[in-house]
Amino acid sequence: MNILVCIKQVPDTNKVEVDPITGVLKRNGVESKMNPYDLYAIETALRIREETGGTICAVTMGPGQAAAVIREIKKLGDFDLILCGKQTTDGDTAQVGPEVSEWLNIPCVSNVSKIVEIQDGAIIIEMDMTNDIEISKVQFPCLLTVDKDIFMPRLPSYVKKQETKDREITIITLNDLDDKDEKNYGLNGSPTQVQRIFPPEVNAHQEIWNGTAVELSNQLLNKLQELKFA
Amino acid sequence: MNYKKLNHEDIDYINSIINDSERVLYGANINEDYSHDELSDTISYPDIVVKVTTTDEVSKIMKYAYENNIPVTPRGSGTGLVGASVAIEHGIMIDTCLMNQFIELDESNLTITVQPGVLLMELSAYVQERDLFYPPDPGEKSATIGGNISTNAGGMRAVKYGVTRDYVRGLEVVLPNGTVVEFGGKVVKNSTGYAMKDLMVGSEGTLGIITKAILKLLPLPKKAISLLVPFPTLEQAIRTVPMIIKSKSIPTAIEFMQREVIMDAEKYLGKKFPDNTSDAYLLLKFDGNSTEEVEKDYDNVAKICLEQGAIDILISDTNEREESIWKARGAFLEAIKGSTTYMDEVDVVVPRSSVNEMVEYIHGLYKEVNVRIKSFGHAGDGNLHAYVLKDELSEEEWEIRMKDAMDRIYAKARELNGQVSGEHGIGYAKKSYLMESMDPATVEIMRGIKKAFDPKNILNPHKVCQL
Repeated sequence: MNILVCIKQVPDTNKVEVDPITGVLKRNGVESKMNPYDLYAIETALRIREETGGTICAVTMGPGQAAAVIREIKKLGDFDLILCGKQTTDGDTAQVGPEVSEWLNIPCVSNVSKIVEIQDGAIIIEMDMTNDIEISKVQFPCLLTVDKDIFMPRLPSYVKKQETKDREITIITLNDLDDKDEKNYGLNGSPTQVQRIFPPEVNAHQEIWNGTAVELSNQLLNKLQELKFA
Repeated sequence: MNYKKLNHEDIDYINSIINDSERVLYGANINEDYSHDELSDTISYPDIVVKVTTTDEVSKIMKYAYENNIPVTPRGSGTGLVGASVAIEHGIMIDTCLMNQFIELDESNLTITVQPGVLLMELSAYVQERDLFYPPDPGEKSATIGGNISTNAGGMRAVKYGVTRDYVRGLEVVLPNGTVVEFGGKVVKNSTGYAMKDLMVGSEGTLGIITKAILKLLPLPKKAISLLVPFPTLEQAIRTVPMIIKSKSIPTAIEFMQREVIMDAEKYLGKKFPDNTSDAYLLLKFDGNSTEEVEKDYDNVAKICLEQGAIDILISDTNEREESIWKARGAFLEAIKGSTTYMDEVDVVVPRSSVNEMVEYIHGLYKEVNVRIKSFGHAGDGNLHAYVLKDELSEEEWEIRMKDAMDRIYAKARELNGQVSGEHGIGYAKKSYLMESMDPATVEIMRGIKKAFDPKNILNPHKVCQL
């Protein structure tokens, strides 16, 4: 099986500043690390490869390249399975996985909490829907975004780091892409445009009611209707 | 010893000082927790627990206790392991947990002044937010700083940074007769008479009650990376430790752990450890001001480990990875405790060059004494924790085998020029081993010191050097 894992660098601190004009994070001069959620995607890929054999390829996009590599994943070859973390710790939008599957026109399952079985041509997974677990069988090629704790991510190996330090990393730039219009990539090309960043409002208002269960449930229903929640 | 038994007049007087019924507990209101510490083999209730909030309260209670010959036991979070905070003679227990204020952060002197009830985890978080660093790092983060000072707690960063004593600059102490004195201060150097501050550090609440501490801080190292090093056998892992120390690279920590303890911790925390496929591990931590600097530091050590048969070197370089390892490491004691019915511990310390011999001795001991023993520890500073586990043994069998195991471990430590306690203290439980290991002249000096501070012997009697 050929597996592709999408990974991203995020700031290695929770003290990163936000540019007030563009609404994006100021990344320059801040130490980076791999998005913690992507480690679960990598671990999932390694476990699947241990079981089925095959190859793993990782793709990332970062500063220095204005291109959104995800649109050109096809150029990297045909993949049976694409794995993403469920979201990043900087943007937190959880959109990239589903968007990539849309671009590639392949099925996507997000919030995958367990790999149940890998069959010939398909994978059976558990999807965490908060209140329910949905078990799905998905045909390859497909994209999964995996949840935190699907597996304990292994630690990087010093020995493998030495062994692979000369391994070539393919760099894809704007010139390698079919669509060379810069406006279609990066911040300009992103369907997400940040209008404003602000901390959520804290509502400290509290009401405490006393009464029987019947009284309280009626009172609650009235309140919800008043607030137009029901 | 003839102490006055606490009566209603005494309780009324204490109430008049404290003037807050929620801070004075007696009779049935005293929670069972106050009758023992973390290892709970020494059990004795105080007659009254007073949750003090000011030095003045401590001073007034001590003065009253002194005048009326009532025994007093100071106590922090009660996380000790040798019964030092148990009220053997009952009487008054002074609980310092509510004295938990940060008094002053002095960035010009790189010191922080705190009350004794500040918890270790609160202290380290408080200074880290301000890019400063309080290096002592004992496993039990919910201990109070007063307790840490009283046992001269060590912890995992001792290899590079030393122990609690090295970070105490000054202390405010209430003496047994109620007098308030200050030992040391914000000064870096001090040759002014006897080292009273250092006498207080590690005195386990027998000389005075610490009511304020001035602690030394360092600038916070910007980057820390840990290496988790799997080895095929414990012997290979532990024999590598003296070579690492000799290599002149200085990790902040060198810990050893075995697969069994890791599995216990996984079960206890309900969380997987990043690796549990090997029999033994060394866990090393390096810090510095940049990733490059730290990588350069650890590279040499990584090579030594591989030469000595390490299977790999696993790198932990982010907060998430660090947490997955060190959280488990911090839970080892509780995890082992959860794996058996009852246990007792040894906290011996040997010269670092002998650490492998000591660990291997303990590792093979269960065959001779026929009792389960688990160990892990600060291999890099020679301080080892071994836990003798009762499991399903009967009370009689347990007493015999446990004592046999303990005697042999302490004898081996003495043979290697080690000491009875590296960081947990002597308290009530380890007195006999202190007596065996120390020459009588030294014990007499210790008793003289105790007498100079506490002529009526009302403060934490029966502890450390008193039979």
